[in-house]
Amino acid sequence: MIDGILTGLEVAIRPVNLLLVSVGCFAGTIIGMLPGLGPVSAIALLVPVTYAFDPASALILLAGVYYGAVFGGSTSAILLNAPGVAGTVATTFDGYPLAQKGLPGKALAVAAYASFAGGTIAAVLLLLAAPALAVVSLSFQSPEYFALMVLGLISVTAFAGEDNAAKAGFMAVLGLMLGTVGTDRTDGVMRFTYGRLDLLDGISFLLLAMAAFALSEVLLSVLSGHSVSGNARRSALGSLRLKRKEVKQVAPAVGRSSLLGFFVGVLPGAGATIASFMGYSMERSIAKGEAQKEFGKGSLRGLAAPESANNAASSGSFVPLLTLGVPGSGTTAVMLGALISYGINPGPTLFVERPDVFWGVIVSMYIGNVVLLILNLPLIPYISRVLTLPSNVLAPLIVFFCLAGVFLVSFNTFDLYMMIGIGVIAVVLRLYRYPMAPMIVGFTLGGLLETNLRRSLVLYNDSFSFLWERPITLAILSATVLIAGIPLFRKAWRRAVVD
Amino acid sequence: MFAHSNSERLAAIALAIRVTAVIVATIGVAACEQSDTNDAHSNGERLHILIPGGAGGGWDTTARAVGEGLRRSGLVPAVSYENRSGGGGGVAIAHLIETGERQRNTIMVGSAALVVRSLNGLLPQGVGDLVPVASVVSDYGALVVRGDSPYQSYRAFVRASSLTPGSTMIAGGSVRGGMDHLVIQQVMLASGYAPDTVSYVAYDAGGQAMTSLLSGETQALSTGVSEVVSAHNQGQVRILAITAPKRLPELPGVPTFRELGVDALFANWRGFFGPPQMTQEERDRVAGLIAELVQRPEWEVQRSRLALTNFLLSGGDFERFLEENRLQMLQIVNSAREPLDGPKR
Repeated sequence: MIDGILTGLEVAIRPVNLLLVSVGCFAGTIIGMLPGLGPVSAIALLVPVTYAFDPASALILLAGVYYGAVFGGSTSAILLNAPGVAGTVATTFDGYPLAQKGLPGKALAVAAYASFAGGTIAAVLLLLAAPALAVVSLSFQSPEYFALMVLGLISVTAFAGEDNAAKAGFMAVLGLMLGTVGTDRTDGVMRFTYGRLDLLDGISFLLLAMAAFALSEVLLSVLSGHSVSGNARRSALGSLRLKRKEVKQVAPAVGRSSLLGFFVGVLPGAGATIASFMGYSMERSIAKGEAQKEFGKGSLRGLAAPESANNAASSGSFVPLLTLGVPGSGTTAVMLGALISYGINPGPTLFVERPDVFWGVIVSMYIGNVVLLILNLPLIPYISRVLTLPSNVLAPLIVFFCLAGVFLVSFNTFDLYMMIGIGVIAVVLRLYRYPMAPMIVGFTLGGLLETNLRRSLVLYNDSFSFLWERPITLAILSATVLIAGIPLFRKAWRRAVVD
Repeated sequence: MFAHSNSERLAAIALAIRVTAVIVATIGVAACEQSDTNDAHSNGERLHILIPGGAGGGWDTTARAVGEGLRRSGLVPAVSYENRSGGGGGVAIAHLIETGERQRNTIMVGSAALVVRSLNGLLPQGVGDLVPVASVVSDYGALVVRGDSPYQSYRAFVRASSLTPGSTMIAGGSVRGGMDHLVIQQVMLASGYAPDTVSYVAYDAGGQAMTSLLSGETQALSTGVSEVVSAHNQGQVRILAITAPKRLPELPGVPTFRELGVDALFANWRGFFGPPQMTQEERDRVAGLIAELVQRPEWEVQRSRLALTNFLLSGGDFERFLEENRLQMLQIVNSAREPLDGPKR
């Protein structure tokens, strides 16, 4: 293993690779910041360019774009409530309130530190154990993924609906319903498409997230006459400084979420989005008293947890890619295709046959995270100044930014109409205090929830016995019951005591 | 909004302009491929390729490999691409038909998957509504088990599976009724068993289906040969047989179904189509370019990156092949819809 690390180090610190990792991280950050052209398409378009390099350098570049995009994705989520990538939805829960409180600089800095720590911890874990972790990647099957989706869905809905569980539940179901639009992924049946080609692929995540979060936020602020940029004050904007107390709060949260995120990332059927939801809900369940009440209102822990989890998960997803040759996400699927076209065979023999590729990429991830931090921190004071723009400039900019982002992916005007429609409906729902978070969680997890459930049923001959026969499934489902049940139980207990 | 000093406001507005400039520049870069559409017909020599799926997919990589080959070999001075995903390819087909009049140098990449989708009634307009130009490459179906599976041969596998029909799970990267499912149904039918002797489990993509095979969730996998060559060579999985007409050079040890006495042939071809308004002359010209390309060394570089087999059929040959192919698949779909009662021998 020491040999491996040394090989990797030797590859990663070659000047050309240092340059490529920096270029990749920079491009990734920009791609992540702008909703629209996601990392998948960006990497796919880069692949032909990479034929000019040797495979290790090429993969270093592509990987840099990937985790750079995850790193940069938090910016629009925090400043504009516009999660451009599914992995940053959980970042809006506390990041956006923090920015609205007038602390965008601090929020971006915490996100950057948390992302850095998540990426770095994951890179170290990869170095120490990547070949051995292949076993972990294969330990989850459809029933376990189904249980994991239930856990993600219930835990987010449970806390988003503290004030009104019925409304949160309603929105989660609405999200699940929106997720069923389009061609069903098991039988290929068309559902709720009303004969329209535009709906055959379903509603895109980007469209729904931009409409329900960013667009409705702008419309609401116009309606209510509040400023889109919240209480941003120039003096506090650029302040990246954290108090010692705050560091003490955040550091353990980052450690826990990085570990959790990494292991979720190693599972090829899960990924960064689920990791960020789980990181957030775990941190919230652990928090006590006042700290817990802070969640959703601008808690630093609530921001740090999903940020470290999604970055750790994106690095973790290299375990199945490199050691088994199976992709865990759309992005790693494109990278797998790229590797094969370079003539590299990812799989159990990769780290023996091509140690330069295997270890070089892993070591470069460590370097890449340092580059990202150096690249991003100095930018924060400038980027957060976006919020000092007058509302009548910022609001139309955000609307343009959302519509352009969605249009540039599909080049379909129907998407724009649908987006505006959803935005208006979201405004009405929000005026009646229906939370948007459970809807988007239901939507993102719904597809996986359904396909894994249906697959499990086929595998178990239409019997639900997999729910209790498989130990990991049972454990995850029990945890779900505990997470959903404890707050209810506490409430009932308190009521009983008061009476 | 808030109490700004004048200079602060100016700085903020300057920043807004800068941010807008960056956004506009990015959009410009992203949209430049799109704008190529408009120039495509201004110059008779250029070629514009419409891709019915997103960047990075099978259609996309094929289209770009062919385009790059044409450009590098000097057959075409410039090639532009347009990704128009949606509706499982239906959006691009509709677009090509709608704008065919002014899309003179435009061709669309397609594959057997589009034919299967049409057969299942999932596309309002299919490749049948377009002009077949040429096919270029093909992948073949593979029946795969884990490297440590007890089944060393297709015969052993199918005998064991047919003892308790429905108990062997086979993974595939397409929906039920989709390509990977059709291939295994065809194999079962040709072996003299009911099409659903093995239970098909649908995954979102070939990679996920492969994961399920490795994790032991399913016992076998139906997928494209190109997706499993590397895993086969590393011993992770074993390819029992393939649906190619003869053995492939990269897999000399793997038999074809034909050799085993199972008449199952299936080519997942990738090819190009023109708009319905395409003239015979134009069709011959583009088909000629592709036929010429396949002879060139520049193409060999691109083909090896795709890891697919050459499968050149031009014009009328391609059209006849498509019709035969469609009837053959229709037969499988129909026999699968009326399942036979138990295994028949």
